Amino acid sequence: MFKLLTTIRKDIRVLLRDKVGILLMFIMPIVLVIVVTNIQNSTFQLVNKNKLSIIINNSDTGQAATQLIKAIDKIGMFKVSQVKGDQTQSQIADAMHDKDAMLGIIIPSNFSQKVNAKAKSVSGKALKSFGLQGDSVKNAGDVDPLTVYYNPILQDNIRLSIQGALRSALQLVESRETLRSLYYSINEKVLPDSLEHEMLNNNTAINEIPVSKDGTRKTPNATQHNVPAWTIFAMFFIIMSLGGSVVREKVSGSFIRLKTLPTNFLVGLVSKQLTYLSVTMLQAAVIFSIGIWLFPYFGLPALNLPLDILALIIVTVVCGWCAVSYAICVGVFAQTQEQANGFGAVSIVILACIGGLMVPSFAMQGFFKSAANISPMHWCLQAYYSLFLEGGQLKDVINNIIPLFIITLVLQGITYLGLKRKNLI
Amino acid sequence: MVNQLAIDIAGISFSYPGNDGVTFQNLDLKVAKGARFGLFGPNGAGKTTLISLMTGLLAANTGHIKLLGQEVGRQKGPVNQLFGFVPQDFSFYHELSPVENLEFFGAWSGLDKKTINTRTDELLTILGLNDVRDKQVQKFSGGMKRRVNLAIGVIHNPAILFLDEPTVGVDVQTGRAIIDYLIELNKNGTTLVYTSHQLNEAEGLCEQVALIDGGRIIAQDDLSQLLKSHKQENLEQLFLALTGKEYRN
Repeated sequence: MFKLLTTIRKDIRVLLRDKVGILLMFIMPIVLVIVVTNIQNSTFQLVNKNKLSIIINNSDTGQAATQLIKAIDKIGMFKVSQVKGDQTQSQIADAMHDKDAMLGIIIPSNFSQKVNAKAKSVSGKALKSFGLQGDSVKNAGDVDPLTVYYNPILQDNIRLSIQGALRSALQLVESRETLRSLYYSINEKVLPDSLEHEMLNNNTAINEIPVSKDGTRKTPNATQHNVPAWTIFAMFFIIMSLGGSVVREKVSGSFIRLKTLPTNFLVGLVSKQLTYLSVTMLQAAVIFSIGIWLFPYFGLPALNLPLDILALIIVTVVCGWCAVSYAICVGVFAQTQEQANGFGAVSIVILACIGGLMVPSFAMQGFFKSAANISPMHWCLQAYYSLFLEGGQLKDVINNIIPLFIITLVLQGITYLGLKRKNLI
Repeated sequence: MVNQLAIDIAGISFSYPGNDGVTFQNLDLKVAKGARFGLFGPNGAGKTTLISLMTGLLAANTGHIKLLGQEVGRQKGPVNQLFGFVPQDFSFYHELSPVENLEFFGAWSGLDKKTINTRTDELLTILGLNDVRDKQVQKFSGGMKRRVNLAIGVIHNPAILFLDEPTVGVDVQTGRAIIDYLIELNKNGTTLVYTSHQLNEAEGLCEQVALIDGGRIIAQDDLSQLLKSHKQENLEQLFLALTGKEYRN
């Protein structure tokens, strides 16, 4: 025990004197988690709470165009401002910059005329199909397209949402005109507002309910998503200190000297794992604490810890052990500290990508979806999401812990073989 | 009275995987207990390989190596307590102070805390490192690092001490102090096995020498006897006479 304690003391001293390593292990992930959560929270609010600024250049003087602008405004997603009609593309771009708008729409000058013509054509076809006499049916052709300019920083998913919203506004305008035309053809009277409102307005509400394992109805937010994910990233980033430390010991010849001493090398490996496992626990504690107590000061939602704290501790320990095993493994095989740091950093980013830390695993396709299974970060993340987002308990994360445990054992085995092959043990 | 052997190497064969490097075939070497033994040879002759075999860092394919009667094997055992090893590289933790390094290596050498503290004080005083005992070694000069390297190798008072170029790159004063300390250790019973390319210095330290070349022991005896039998004036002349003057890789 004295040997183990002395070795742990040595490892802690070496660690504490590695200022750059400490900076990379603690400061960088903390900055990362704050910045990424902030950005994602802004995106989340952009879509869900804040209104997107939009400018409309209406070149049409008809009713349909006015109705379309009202319909767009009514969606509630946009802050609408209008500019004078007949502007060029560059004038629209300038107007977007001036008004800090994300979108610009040009309504063509013949929009109302084309919408009316199409409405008459469709209603005529409808009457004919009912066996009634209407105006002679002429094919009106399609309405000229609306042109939508957008700021390139808008992500695809946001643009798709916007497109869907604009389509429903257009649909509303065209349906209204068709309905009015149809009503007039049958009754030779204008469609009453109350009836029009009843027919066109969709009053069926959509209730969105998050499904959690513990039955709570808390809506997940950017904090709940990001803090666990970047905690895992931080834990694996200890490779920058631990991998380099292993290489330094190899290169300096300390490993060789230790091999001549009457102590089992296992003591050294156990000490390193205990020391750095404690570091990963500390990282998790620090990042979770920041999520709970500091995030609200940045205007971010506070982190809610899972109810099953034991499960959280177990997942964090296994995740940390896996991160430590990976770092030691890389350190054993790297020839130089530069190799360990370079390969370590790049491999962590790749494992994070395929593990779903940067893009959700469910959004991946084919090979990458299967490749996620070999990333230990994937299993860590699934376990954390189960606890943090779904209110899961220990029994719900066992299926994530087992593969993580197996990956850890495989890494330990590879490390042992590497040390043997290099004649270090 | 039978002169007990510190080192008894009998019939060892060894080759690196793929025969890359020096090869030993049926090599024998005996070093008496309490000797100041020098192992010399040109680059690539097999000195470091032979020391690695004697310290258990490499395992011989055949034959045996015994240190004070105990067989050196791949598995660590009591035999590892018998010897100390001072490698050519600074094989310690540069982020730590001499005291912290000695504490760690002392524990791994099987010493208890009290003995480590006592030996640390002794060694740091003898080797002139007391003033810098708590400073990080990475700020030390080459000579100071050599002394730390030596202190770690002898902290557990080993019966046999293997030294692989212990004075390389140090100034005359440090080199002299290290050699004097080694002679003092030997007087107290420690068998020294020393390799170096600094033959003048070696001549002052070693009483018995072996010359190795191409994985073979080409000469072994008391230094004075060897010089006499080969009609050479000093170790350097003897070395060149037996190993030639051409470049070695």
